[in-house]
Amino acid sequence: MTILFLITAVVILASAVMVVSSRNLVHAALWLVSALFGVAVLYALLDAGFMAVVQVVIYIGAIAILFIFAVMLTRREMRDTGPGLNKNWWVSAVMSILTFGGLAYLLSSWSGFSQTSADIPVGFDAVTALGEALISPDAFVLPFEVASVMLVAALVGAVYIAFNPRIGDTRK
Amino acid sequence: MIPLSWYLILSAALFSIGLFGVLARRNAIAILLGIELMLNAVNINLVAFWRYLDPVRITGQVFAIIVFAVAAAEVAVGLALVISVYRNRKTVVADELDMMKW
Repeated sequence: MTILFLITAVVILASAVMVVSSRNLVHAALWLVSALFGVAVLYALLDAGFMAVVQVVIYIGAIAILFIFAVMLTRREMRDTGPGLNKNWWVSAVMSILTFGGLAYLLSSWSGFSQTSADIPVGFDAVTALGEALISPDAFVLPFEVASVMLVAALVGAVYIAFNPRIGDTRK
Repeated sequence: MIPLSWYLILSAALFSIGLFGVLARRNAIAILLGIELMLNAVNINLVAFWRYLDPVRITGQVFAIIVFAVAAAEVAVGLALVISVYRNRKTVVADELDMMKW
């Protein structure tokens, strides 16, 4: 279990570094698939099987593929031009290292930091509980419906923005 | 058994790498890739808290599913905007998209 976690963590972090550093965007998108798959393995390690499946289907199957399509639609030519990082990239590096240090300091001062996992009761089915929580009026039916309305609105907006060639045209 | 802290440190590291990508990359699509990494770090935290603190109430997983929906919407709208900008300006480099600079 520990070995599996460590291997997965190394894969996730290495893939994430490649996502932000690789100059070829198609490679970056494929490294993102690797990182997302590592996160799915983490969900399986955390006994959240449904989340692992959803991660693979939605993130890898839809979002990462959408990224690859967008990269291919927006390349002027097959080679990439210019540097991948902007001039002040070291400021960003310092900022992200400071963020990591701050988060680690904050978390280590929390009393539940080194907590071991709680016991799942015998006969408890997380998928059933999740499904009931998502449609029960006592639980999360309202956020669930709001999320579906938001998805519809976002997709209609995305189609409108990407389809209408006059939107955002600043050339006179 | 793995203590909760390992998951928290891993997700903090993933969040920081994503933050670096958002701040340092020039290509708008690469910035969106960084945002995806950050959202995934948040999701690892939510599921780990669900498993370690309160597995009977399913709140953490419900939150993570809402984050999935938000991420899907964000990617759809963001990539549509990038494609629209590319169609009009023939570039997706964030430095060159200065039409709102006065």
